[in-house]
Amino acid sequence: MNALHEKRQAQRQIATRKLGMWTAAWLISQAIVVFGGSLAWPEATSLKVLSIGLNIALGLMMIGANRNLIKSLDELERQQQLESMGITLGLTLVVGLAFSSLHIIKLMPFDAEISYLVMFMGITYLVTLAINKKRFQ
Amino acid sequence: MKNRIRDLRSAKDLTQEDLAKEIGVSRQTINAIEKGKFDPSLPTAFRLSLLFETPIEGIFEFEEA
Repeated sequence: MNALHEKRQAQRQIATRKLGMWTAAWLISQAIVVFGGSLAWPEATSLKVLSIGLNIALGLMMIGANRNLIKSLDELERQQQLESMGITLGLTLVVGLAFSSLHIIKLMPFDAEISYLVMFMGITYLVTLAINKKRFQ
Repeated sequence: MKNRIRDLRSAKDLTQEDLAKEIGVSRQTINAIEKGKFDPSLPTAFRLSLLFETPIEGIFEFEEA
């Protein structure tokens, strides 16, 4: 059954490489949307629409690649990933809405930027994944 | 769930890494199963059963949570 292990390892390597590729493409398209739309073509609506369309399409490809990577993981790793994603999703919803409410009721001296939420998601995901890895050691 | 994987593995002179490769999971998964921290899927349980030539109920002992 060693062939099964090798097959899974190969699938995982391919899935990881594809996720890296689509993530890089999505990030580049994000930069194109922001810098292109504000600096290079601030008056060209069609280019703005085109760049945001490309950004969304590449984002969807990245999500698909992430799904494929999760499918290539083994059962324990998949459970750890799914639990971490579930906690991250829940905390993002709760903290994100509380953060937005703080801004609405003027208890926060700065704007509720989406980038703070993205950073919160990333940190939460990493911390919960580390806790889940430790739990099963 | 209690199990006899560590004993069966030792009897076959296999390391956790060897067993993980044999049944197509990670070494961490074997470690977690042996310690009873993680219950394997049915396909993994059947692969273990085939490898150790022991029925599933001879490897795992079901305990009501």
